[in-house]
Amino acid sequence: MAEVRIRGVRKSFGNVEVIHGVDVDISDGEFVVLVGPSGCGKSTLLRMIAGLERITDGEVMIGGRVVNQMPPKERDVAMVFQNYALYPHMKVYDNMAFSMKLRGAEKSEVDQRVQKAADILGLTPFLERYPRQLSGGQRQRVAMGRAIVRDPQVFLFDEPLSNLDAKLRVQMRTEIKELHQRLKTTSVYVTHDQIEAMTMADRIVVMHDGIVEQAGEPLDLYDNPTNTFVAGFIGSPAMNFVRGTVRANGGPARLEAKDGVALPLGDGWSGQDGRSVVYGIRPEHLVLAEAGQRSVESEIAVVEPTGAETLLVSRVAGGEFQAVFRERHAFRPGTRVQLAPLLDKVHLFDAETGQRL
Amino acid sequence: MATDAERVRAQRTESFSDRWTQLKYDHNWLGFWFMLPAAAFLLLFLTYPLGLGIWLSVTDTRIGREGGFIGLENFEWLNEDPVFWLSVFNTFLYTTVASVIKFGLGLYLAILLNSHMPWKAIIRAVVLLPFIVPTVLSAIAFWWIYDTQFSIISWTLIEMGWIDENINFLGEPNNARASVIAANIWRGIPFVAITLLAGLQTIPQSLYEAATIDGASRWQMFRHVTYPMLTPIIAVVMTFSVLFTFTDFQLIYAMTRGGPANATHLMATLSYQRAIMGGNLGEGAAISTAMIPFLLAAILFSWFGLQRRKWQQGESDD
Repeated sequence: MAEVRIRGVRKSFGNVEVIHGVDVDISDGEFVVLVGPSGCGKSTLLRMIAGLERITDGEVMIGGRVVNQMPPKERDVAMVFQNYALYPHMKVYDNMAFSMKLRGAEKSEVDQRVQKAADILGLTPFLERYPRQLSGGQRQRVAMGRAIVRDPQVFLFDEPLSNLDAKLRVQMRTEIKELHQRLKTTSVYVTHDQIEAMTMADRIVVMHDGIVEQAGEPLDLYDNPTNTFVAGFIGSPAMNFVRGTVRANGGPARLEAKDGVALPLGDGWSGQDGRSVVYGIRPEHLVLAEAGQRSVESEIAVVEPTGAETLLVSRVAGGEFQAVFRERHAFRPGTRVQLAPLLDKVHLFDAETGQRL
Repeated sequence: MATDAERVRAQRTESFSDRWTQLKYDHNWLGFWFMLPAAAFLLLFLTYPLGLGIWLSVTDTRIGREGGFIGLENFEWLNEDPVFWLSVFNTFLYTTVASVIKFGLGLYLAILLNSHMPWKAIIRAVVLLPFIVPTVLSAIAFWWIYDTQFSIISWTLIEMGWIDENINFLGEPNNARASVIAANIWRGIPFVAITLLAGLQTIPQSLYEAATIDGASRWQMFRHVTYPMLTPIIAVVMTFSVLFTFTDFQLIYAMTRGGPANATHLMATLSYQRAIMGGNLGEGAAISTAMIPFLLAAILFSWFGLQRRKWQQGESDD
């Protein structure tokens, strides 16, 4: 096991720089998720840790050694690929034993390690099968088994659950997390799915356009996003944003948006009077206004009940507001409803830079 | 009241419409009719000539004279004919040496073309050239390359000071064999290389990445990933290559006509010489028929080679 340090790493393909100086510290035994929209450079970063991509500039250290010039096999990392990359002509056993056989390990040792990994993953009945004879979830397990057998310093996961159906994805998510709690191997996990990131990570690194937008514990990112990108990316349904100007004169602090709509703000924001901002509020922080509560009127557009909760899409200030209710209300599209934001849950971001105020 | 004639006509229409309905809904019935034209072509252009050839091989037909059935006499005759056995030997030598080298060089070329290099597309197109040029045309070009007086190879080697006099490429038995084999290899490589290249391109890149991380060297990747993944296509391409080479006629006939001293006679050229040039259709047909067991063996080889391997069975992962 080892810690991974990424220092000022850059990557260019030809003249195009896709990663613009990334710093990430991953401590020993940590499960870090790199998350971001496609094209943000997260997979490239992972492949640079693995040694599949050359590092243009900066340093990657694994267990205290700079690995920039080290071939992948000396880095002591194992990788799980999105399409599993199982050798189709080898049985499950041989797929898992391949790396050890290449190293010239003793047959008994190979056998023991493969059996152990198969045992952990419940693959014992399938050892004599070919990958094609397995279901998607089983193949995914074999890919992980192949990584476990190597007992590496670092596990690298490149969108390993993307090819699975929704139900299996949730199941495998739990399994991977459980596996990590059991093996405690440093893991770097790449995904574009923020729910995967939230549920699995010890720490999330949000990437966008080749830079790190924010890194931190999942709930910290959720509660305190540093900018509008992270605020909008983390959380589902996404945070509601409204552009406008802070007003504190002639009444309580509020946000003036288009069409004369005013959204209530806490008194703490009075100092920002006249500033152009983006107002952010998460769907679950909107409640139905009680008499006398400061609120905003909106017109109900769509009601989406899921049983456990109800998603309400309504129109406010020329945009959409999503609100989530755990209680059941008799909403009807076309009617008006008074929504009250929880004032201490409102986020304000600078309209120009998108940075949190 | 309906007359008998009317009743019969009604019955006929009914049975006709029945059959029409059957035709419309029974896919096997419909498929049978769709298959007929293809079957007719195969019968006319494949089965009939093959059958005729086999029939001729058991007759003493000559050009201009209808022959009679003589049993296996042609084969008994050939069995004692050293030229026939020489042609069998030549055919095997030609096929074995050419196929092995075509496979080796073709695979090497395919791997080379599969890697990143500048002007990849143009180089791939150039590799196909020998395949595009008509056989006889390239045979004539080789004829010049191997010419006793004007051979460019002899000239180059003399200029470089390696040899003193022209090489007698096509005039000396073993030189002639090597020369025609070289020409066949030149012509056959594009087919092998391009087909194997297509096979190489179906191997997912991620397998190599996984192997890299598993610690495989370049040779180990070839040995444990590329080669096993390529075996199905190797079986196909080599079967075809063997069949083409074994039955080769044009190249030899245009370059040496079987000479010198029958040293480059293949079964196909000998058959042509005996049947068409010599007029002994029966005997020539017997030589051709004698190729059938060898070709069947090659096809059987491909039959087993082409069978889906166990790892290819089951649902695909795409």
